[in-house]
Amino acid sequence: MASRIFGSGIKRREDPRLITGQARYTDDFVLPGMAHLAVVRSPYAHAKIRAVRTKKVAAMDGVLGVFTGKDMKDAGFGPIPCAWVVPGSETKTPPYPPIAIDVARYVGNAVAIVVATDRYLARDAAEAVEVEYDPLPAVADAEKATGKGQPQLHADVPNNVCFHWKVSGGDVEAAFKSADVVVQERIINQRLIPNAMEPRAALAQYSPATNEVTLWVTSQNPHIVRFLLSLDTGIPEQKIRVIAPEVGGGFGSKIPHYPEDSMVIFASKMCGCPVKWTETRSENYRGTIHGRDHIQDVEMAAKKDGTILALRAKVWANLGAYLSTASTGIPTILHGLMLSGAYDIKNIHEDVYGVFTNTTPTDAYRGAGRPEATFMVERLVDLVAQKLKMDPADIRRKNFIPPFTDGHAVATGLTYDSGNYVGALDKALAMAGYAALRKQQAELRKKGEHMGIGFSTYAEICGLGPSQVAGAVGFGGGLWESAIVRFHPSGKVVVMVGISPHGQGEETTFAQIVSSELGVPVDDVEVVHGDTERTPMGWGSYGSRSTPVGSGALMGAITKIREKSKIVTAHLLEAAVEDIEYADGKFFVKGSPGKFKTIQDVALMANVAWNYPKGLEPGLEASAFFDPPNFVYPFGAHIAVVRVDAETGEIRLERYIAVDDCGRVINPMIVEGQIHGGIVQGIGQALWEGAVYDESAQLLTGSMMDYALPKADFFPKFELAMTETPTTVNPLGVKGIGETGTIASTPAVYNAVMDALLPLGIRKLDMPLTPERVWRAIQSARR
Amino acid sequence: MQYPVSVNVNGSRRKHQVDARLLLVHYLRETLGLTGTNVGCDTSQCGSCTVLMDGKAVKSCTVLTVQADGTSVTTIEGLAQNGKLHPLQDAFWEKHGLQCGYCTPGMILTACNLLAKNPKPSEAQIRHGLEGNLCRCTGYQNIVAAVQEAATRMKA
Amino acid sequence: MYSDNFEYYRPKTVSEAAQLLKKHKGSRLLAGGHSLLPAMKFRLANPKAVIDIGAIKGLCGIQMRGKTLWIGATTTHADIAASPVLRKACPVLAETAAQIGDLQVRNRGTIGGSIAHADPAADFPTVLVALGATIVARGGKGERKIPADKFFVDLFTTALKSGEIVTAILVAPHGRHTAGVYAKHPHPASRYAVAGVAAIVELKDGVCARASLVVGGATANPVVITAAETALAGRKPDGPTIEKAASAVAAAIPDPMGDTYASGEFRVHLATVLAKRALTAAVERARG
Repeated sequence: MASRIFGSGIKRREDPRLITGQARYTDDFVLPGMAHLAVVRSPYAHAKIRAVRTKKVAAMDGVLGVFTGKDMKDAGFGPIPCAWVVPGSETKTPPYPPIAIDVARYVGNAVAIVVATDRYLARDAAEAVEVEYDPLPAVADAEKATGKGQPQLHADVPNNVCFHWKVSGGDVEAAFKSADVVVQERIINQRLIPNAMEPRAALAQYSPATNEVTLWVTSQNPHIVRFLLSLDTGIPEQKIRVIAPEVGGGFGSKIPHYPEDSMVIFASKMCGCPVKWTETRSENYRGTIHGRDHIQDVEMAAKKDGTILALRAKVWANLGAYLSTASTGIPTILHGLMLSGAYDIKNIHEDVYGVFTNTTPTDAYRGAGRPEATFMVERLVDLVAQKLKMDPADIRRKNFIPPFTDGHAVATGLTYDSGNYVGALDKALAMAGYAALRKQQAELRKKGEHMGIGFSTYAEICGLGPSQVAGAVGFGGGLWESAIVRFHPSGKVVVMVGISPHGQGEETTFAQIVSSELGVPVDDVEVVHGDTERTPMGWGSYGSRSTPVGSGALMGAITKIREKSKIVTAHLLEAAVEDIEYADGKFFVKGSPGKFKTIQDVALMANVAWNYPKGLEPGLEASAFFDPPNFVYPFGAHIAVVRVDAETGEIRLERYIAVDDCGRVINPMIVEGQIHGGIVQGIGQALWEGAVYDESAQLLTGSMMDYALPKADFFPKFELAMTETPTTVNPLGVKGIGETGTIASTPAVYNAVMDALLPLGIRKLDMPLTPERVWRAIQSARR
Repeated sequence: MQYPVSVNVNGSRRKHQVDARLLLVHYLRETLGLTGTNVGCDTSQCGSCTVLMDGKAVKSCTVLTVQADGTSVTTIEGLAQNGKLHPLQDAFWEKHGLQCGYCTPGMILTACNLLAKNPKPSEAQIRHGLEGNLCRCTGYQNIVAAVQEAATRMKA
Repeated sequence: MYSDNFEYYRPKTVSEAAQLLKKHKGSRLLAGGHSLLPAMKFRLANPKAVIDIGAIKGLCGIQMRGKTLWIGATTTHADIAASPVLRKACPVLAETAAQIGDLQVRNRGTIGGSIAHADPAADFPTVLVALGATIVARGGKGERKIPADKFFVDLFTTALKSGEIVTAILVAPHGRHTAGVYAKHPHPASRYAVAGVAAIVELKDGVCARASLVVGGATANPVVITAAETALAGRKPDGPTIEKAASAVAAAIPDPMGDTYASGEFRVHLATVLAKRALTAAVERARG
């Protein structure tokens, strides 16, 4: 009997190399003759570039080359493409030169590059490049940037408005007219810096004789990078090899094709040697994409019995100075379409203005659009509950979409796959001991102490996604996935996939799937990813898609392997194919389990083909592609319990309960790890994080000294539980779980703090909820 | 001008001439090729570069190689002995105390120092002891569990 | 991340170090390096020469020398935090050290380096002023002793003359009914003190014989809240008295510094609350 490998929290295959320091991240690679590239970056948020003086620098110790944006353009390197252009929104796509030529548009914008024999000398040389700037007025705020007389970033983009996107369902006007209660709020979903622990790096080795290039790069999607490089470097796609080696976290910030990818290829070409670039953390804060940054004017209409009637919102989404790879899709498709949340909100309307400002470009960051939607919905629901003096758990329960297993259409046009929102909430309430918590809160309130309980009952969209939908919404690629399953003669298996995990554990979970489905010992399965030369075309790891979509392709290949194995077995056992069954790694004749061939027997025979069915191709290898028919919609209920020290404004997180549902679970240990990590990032947004620009668009939070990342001693132990509501979208019934923690936890903690402050009449605070913000609100309320 | 250094790294005496400004982390990674120690920030905060210097956890990005002259340095590569993983390495593996792995070498070496000073730490003491090590993937919970597990094994 | 080039010296004696300081204009001393090296990596400090005093014998250690606690300048925060001598004779100093930075920083950072750097957000300056400590410095002209409350003169500026090196810090051990507490609100990113308050009280017959209240983090240098000390002296240190003493903080800091995380006004408020809590805890300790 095979052990229950599917659903087992086995140790990860990834770990041995990681815990011994043997893993190779991009900056670990050293090639013979390799040089280092350093980038000269604009200290101004907006400036004309009058001159770049490089002659003195070129003569410096160890310097192999100094180059400008014009040099790169003349060498045939084009602007960085935007691979997601939302249709029907008058989207403008101004060019994004990898090195700025005439104008620098944000602090950190590259204005020149130097190549030297070591990284210290490269930095010396970069410091010595003299750039003459004519500073221009700059603007950092997205709403302000659309106003009259504001600095214009790009020609042909009047008022800096890149697009105006809308989503509409039902009749919002009528719903608001008929409402008993309306709540309004202005929400700032503040800009965040992703801060993957590994800074970005890129190493290019260009071969002039063959016009081939190999690029090692910290990417979540090497195939996409290869595709885009073929568009902007002039090198044909089949001559580009992109390798994402070990990658130290991404959270969306390593999705884009960045200017530095092109710079190192250009430099390798020009200098005739491999060239490596590694960003410093301060560079990362300026040159790697930021997340979120919405200004949202929102309102919700409800009946006096708590039924939510409508949601209406106007959003200014800050895109930064240029369009990054997926920028326009994040605040639109991945955001506005989820405004129904876990509820049956029949009337929805949102206007989203994507705006250019003199700040670092924004793109996907863990949750990518859904945190901005979930926060909005969960906050408004609490405000309605407060106005109606309803318990926040009760109002949610009242408005939930009732449990469903096979599709539920919402007003925004999406059809969720499956959900049991009330089930998750009930479980969370039981775990929290909700009634006792409210009792404790009442007692503490009598003593003048401030305890708060906050909810976040979410549904989110991930497992990107159906390729037809991708095309329809302007995504410049497909969103299907691929897998090749290959059996060696010795019975060992290699699985080659188009996803590109960087900590999520698919080397383990996909081996678990193969083992569970074909009976191969887990240790006999190797999962290969990240190298475009060793893997089929795929679309990478982001949007919580690796498992829901990737496993679909894997199952497709597994199914083909199983079917072929039956044919081989039938031949070997001289039986009819229809009479061959499979269980636990054995193929046997129906009714005669003693007559069987193992999968290893089949693999050997298929590879040597000595005694083999006529007309059947040798080998035991199958390739499959899976285009999901829908996204998947994980969901859950999180409850946060906080205490606020009214004297200092300090917040202490006492308890955090998370009930999540990602359908069937392959490895519970890995799933929990994703939830833990997600929760911490989301709480980071609520309480500590925030990228701050001043009036002249200077980045004030320029390093980890100012940008407060969560540390181990900020948290209690989280209490986790799962419910399991499978999906019919993919063969295994699995949903994604990589982003749910982040999506859920920001409003859970925010709502908890606001619940704590409710007796003081405080109903609005901007994030992060710093002690000073809380204290000032308390002071104002007391006057 | 260059300066002679002699450092015992993972049990081997290494001798080189180095620039004064060469940070210990770059000496380890580039001169010695020990790339297990990682660079995660430039403000001496993230702890990814943590190594043991004379048994104490230090941020190797904030130590000049010349300052390490005459000392004994242990990097993550030197933790396992005779092919046997250190209990902390075992525990991190068992408790899923890592995801992308980038902060892990530094995290493990800090935990080494922590447990050497306090073999029976409470959860609060572990969380406090790891203040100088940032992780963006795990949310810390399984890291704490790993350190607790290692503490139990090392006591036995 | 990559500093400029420089010359490196590793003297064996204080005299040698002082001579090198004099010889190389613009040179800087290096001990733990956790203030100097971060600045050099950002090229905010670009000394032509760095003089490493980490190898000088006799500059490190914690001892009772007669009736005085002697702490060598290059003693690390970790050693101060763990010192059984200090935990007995002056626990607040050990506890303060335990709150500096993080475990790795404490293994390298030194008390001499910390006070010579005179960062407004550092912890030791506040506590040393409250303890009435003495800083011993040696230079070309010999040795001199500088009281802590005269040592910190301006932003990142001490009373050290050119060529002088801090060699030790002298602290009077606590008497039986003396106790101190250092309370700090750390910046969530840098962990430096947004407001740090040191409260030392000496009780005699149930009454506060002497009190010391010093606030750091809101001004260039630690501020002695003299009015609080006066309000406590000779009085029973009960709740209202402590509250009154703490309320003197605001008036003593009319022009506080602020940043994006915390305004000056909020720092002063935090300091007031921390003062109340630190004094209350110190009194309880002194009683026990």
